[in-house]
Amino acid sequence: MMSNMKTMFDLNTIDSQGGKVETTNQHAEQGAINALEVRNLNFYYGGFQGLKNINLDIEQGKVTAFIGPSGCGKSTLLRTLNRMYDLYPGQRAEGEINFYGQNILAPNQDLNLLRSRIGMVFQKPTPFPMSIYENIAFGVRLYEKLSRSEMDERVEWALNKAALWTEAKDKLNQSGLSLSGGQQQRLCIARGVAVKPSVILLDEPTSALDPISTGKIEELINELKHEYTIAIVTHNMQQAARVSDYTAYMYLGNLVEYGKTDEIFIKPKRKETEDYITGRFG
Amino acid sequence: MDAEQYGEEARDENMNNTSNINPAIFAKRKRANKIGLTLSMGAMLLGMVFLFWILGVLLFKGFSAIDWSLFTASTPAPGSDGGGLANAIVGSLLLVGCCTLISTPIGVLAGLYLSEYGDRSRVASITRFVTDIMLSAPSIVIGLFVYAFIVAQAKHFSGWAGTVALALIAIPVVVRTTENMLRLVPGSLREAAYALGTPKWKVAFKVTLRAAQSGVMTGILLALARVSGETAPLLFTALNNQFFSTNMNAPMANLPVVIFQFAMSPYDNWVELAWGGALLITFAVLGLNILARVVFREKVQG
Repeated sequence: MMSNMKTMFDLNTIDSQGGKVETTNQHAEQGAINALEVRNLNFYYGGFQGLKNINLDIEQGKVTAFIGPSGCGKSTLLRTLNRMYDLYPGQRAEGEINFYGQNILAPNQDLNLLRSRIGMVFQKPTPFPMSIYENIAFGVRLYEKLSRSEMDERVEWALNKAALWTEAKDKLNQSGLSLSGGQQQRLCIARGVAVKPSVILLDEPTSALDPISTGKIEELINELKHEYTIAIVTHNMQQAARVSDYTAYMYLGNLVEYGKTDEIFIKPKRKETEDYITGRFG
Repeated sequence: MDAEQYGEEARDENMNNTSNINPAIFAKRKRANKIGLTLSMGAMLLGMVFLFWILGVLLFKGFSAIDWSLFTASTPAPGSDGGGLANAIVGSLLLVGCCTLISTPIGVLAGLYLSEYGDRSRVASITRFVTDIMLSAPSIVIGLFVYAFIVAQAKHFSGWAGTVALALIAIPVVVRTTENMLRLVPGSLREAAYALGTPKWKVAFKVTLRAAQSGVMTGILLALARVSGETAPLLFTALNNQFFSTNMNAPMANLPVVIFQFAMSPYDNWVELAWGGALLITFAVLGLNILARVVFREKVQG
């Protein structure tokens, strides 16, 4: 396990505070660095195949959006990227997902460590039943030993990142459940950011929120992509168009089309993609 | 309202035209509704009548026994006047208190195992089955069991034996309520904790258990309410003690057994003390139940 741990951090070329490391710029012209490379991925819920031979690269420091009708496998794909499916017996994935060159589907992968590097925010806000401060400190304490003042700084930093600091700074000791829905969701994002992962997975993060909170979270995504690699599942195509650099259209467990968001939305190569995007689908 | 459901047809028809409704079926349904309501009201009234009857008699007979000496004096010797229940009250508090200290950690940990770890495994389903049997086991059987294993071995009755008997009754209640309350915690909360890289035991203790905290507390309080009135298991274990004692290794006075013995005695002051004790214990249980409801309501309000 220890050797595993070492490689995971060594291979991670993102400096979590300072954003992209120099190398990104060098590669910018020649071809970008991929944070995640999905190869021949098949996923099964018991006997049902949820994903069929998926191949795609998620570029470092960019926002990649997954769109498609309900049940198309976009959330399933997202949940393979941090092996969330491992919590449920009967679900299994085949193929390879390389996280900076390391296959995270390998059986000896330490899941807790993986999930501390690839964070996730869910559809419904899920603040823990503790104070706002503790909600953020909880994840940090799992892998770091900080002094009280360092922890205070980290909490402030994370809340600032999630654009929640001004609203929450006077009630850090109140329960996270006392916040509004939109604030709770930003707290969850702050909690995810606080552990300084390199990839953040967002599973329909705004579908339970009002338009104003949604707007704030979209702004946030634009801010965060300078320092983190982001993958987002969304039902809202305008949202995908607004926030993402790359878009993947999925249908019935297949990856139908994947490319630059501008291209997908302006001139998709596949007829099915065009039908879905223009609303002619179904 | 019914007409609206017929969509297009309804547009042509007058709302008052109920020709498609069979009056006989409609009347029958109304009749069935009335009968059902009457029966359930009757059942509720029957329950309430007996509850208030019991409370009324208790208040009427027990209230006169409540005075200062009830809480300060110990149970009187046969033939002597006055006396109180101080030794029995303290004994009951000690027995129930120690029972809580034993049954809470065991019950909560077992509930946590069933909900978070065991789930559908064989060990978990066997544990659940055994717990259900224990829940409905006659308390006198549990008393006899503890008598055979502790009292008969030690050759004397003791407060500890009483505590063990009460804990055996309380543990299954705590286990099942804890498990049920933990199951009410949404899976998304657990997933969110795992998504931060939290190890499983930390998710269970720091997130799930914390989210179900007030439900678990309610379960513990209800278990306490259940055991604080138990008489049968104490007859074989803690027995009784005429004198004030806090020695858990010796026989110990307690309210239920004192009530049992005094109510059947020929002495008037003893019978009166039994009524006073019954009133005390009833209101203690009532108080625990109300407290449990208050604690649980706070959780629902978040």
